[in-house]
Amino acid sequence: MRAMRSMLYIPGNAPGMIQNAAIFGADMVMIDLEDAVALVEKDAARDIASGFLRHYDFGDLPVIVRINGADTPFFDADLQAIVPLRPFAVRLPKCQDPSDVLMADARMTEIEKRAGLPVGTVPVHAMLESARGIENAYAVATASPRVRALTLGGQDLTADMGIQKTRDGWEFFYARSRVVMAAKAAGIDAFDTVWTDFNDPEGLFRESRQVVEMGFTGKAAIHPSQVAIIHRAFRPDAKEVRKAERIVAAASEAERQGRGVVAVDGKMVDGPIIVRARHLISLASLYGMEGGEAR
Amino acid sequence: MGLIRRMGQAGTLESADCLVTVVRAENDSLDYRGGNRKLFGERTRKLVQETLARFQVSGVQVTIQDQGALELVIRARLETALARAIKEA
Repeated sequence: MRAMRSMLYIPGNAPGMIQNAAIFGADMVMIDLEDAVALVEKDAARDIASGFLRHYDFGDLPVIVRINGADTPFFDADLQAIVPLRPFAVRLPKCQDPSDVLMADARMTEIEKRAGLPVGTVPVHAMLESARGIENAYAVATASPRVRALTLGGQDLTADMGIQKTRDGWEFFYARSRVVMAAKAAGIDAFDTVWTDFNDPEGLFRESRQVVEMGFTGKAAIHPSQVAIIHRAFRPDAKEVRKAERIVAAASEAERQGRGVVAVDGKMVDGPIIVRARHLISLASLYGMEGGEAR
Repeated sequence: MGLIRRMGQAGTLESADCLVTVVRAENDSLDYRGGNRKLFGERTRKLVQETLARFQVSGVQVTIQDQGALELVIRARLETALARAIKEA
C-alpha cells in the first residue's frame, strides 16, 4: 500500500517540468498527452513522454500517462509508444461504458504481447467525464482487471451537463458519490478531479476535505503549490488517530482476555468501530504520522 | 531510406528544452548552439549521428539551440523534427 493522495498533472510537452517532477512532493505524477497539449504538438509530447519513461530515473515516484481518447487520431500511437514502457498506469479519458475499456484493453494486450510483457502489466485508470460515463461507473470499473482506479473528470463533466462549476462544488455531489461507491464496490481506487483556481488554496482545501470524507483515495493537482494543501486535507485529525490507537489497544487486550466487549473512554466499542480505527491508523502511518502527529 | 521532404522543427526555447531544426542539405552537418556547446558538443554529435542512422536519412543539416536540455530531451526533439520532415503530406 502506498500513499496516493495527490496526482500532479504535468504537460507532456514540458520537459523542464517533467525532469523536476519528483521535487514537488506529489505522491504520483501524471504526464498529460491530452488536454494540456496543443493539437500540433501531440507527436512531440508523445516523444518527450516516451523519452522520459525510457531513460529517466523517477525513483519510486509513480508516473501515470494520460493518453488521448479513442475518438482522436492519436489514441493508437499513444498506446503503441507508452504501453511498452510500463508506466504506473495509463489514464484512459472519456470512458462512457465498458466497451471503451474493453477496446483499450484489447489494444494494450496486443502491444504487451508484441513487447514480450505479461498481459495486464499496465493498469488502466478509467476517467469518467460525461453523464453517461458517471451512470456506468461500476460497469466501467469492473470491465477489465486492468482497471485499478476510477477518476472523475470535472471539467468535461460540467461541459457535458451544460452547467457551471461552483466554488462549493455541490453539482458534483452525485457524480462523486457514484464514482467513489462504484470504485469501493469494485475494490479499486477513486481519484477526484482538479481544483482549477490555484489562487484559491482555501477552496482547494475545503474541497479536498470533502472528497476525503467521501472516501476518495486521492485528488488531482494542476499546480505544484496544490500538493501540500491536498496532503494537509488528507492528514487524519491527530486526536482521532490517538483515539483510534486507544481503541485498537483496548480491542487487542480484550481479545487476549477472551472478552467480547470493549469500552474506550467510557463508551462501548464494537466490530466496525475497531475496523475503522485500524484503517485510520494505517492511513496515518501511510501519510507519515506517528502517534497522531505529522513526522 | 527516409527522405527529408521539408524542414522539420521541434522543441522550444524554454529552459531545459531545445529547439531542433532539420533541413535537406548536400551533406550531414550539425550546428549545435548554446551554453553547453563545449561541454556536450561531442556527446550531441554522436547522438545526432546515431539518430540519423536509426531514421536511415542522410544529407541533413541539423541545428540545435540547446537551452540546457537533458540528452533524452535532445534525442526526443530530434526524433520529432525528423519524423515531421519525413512524413508524407
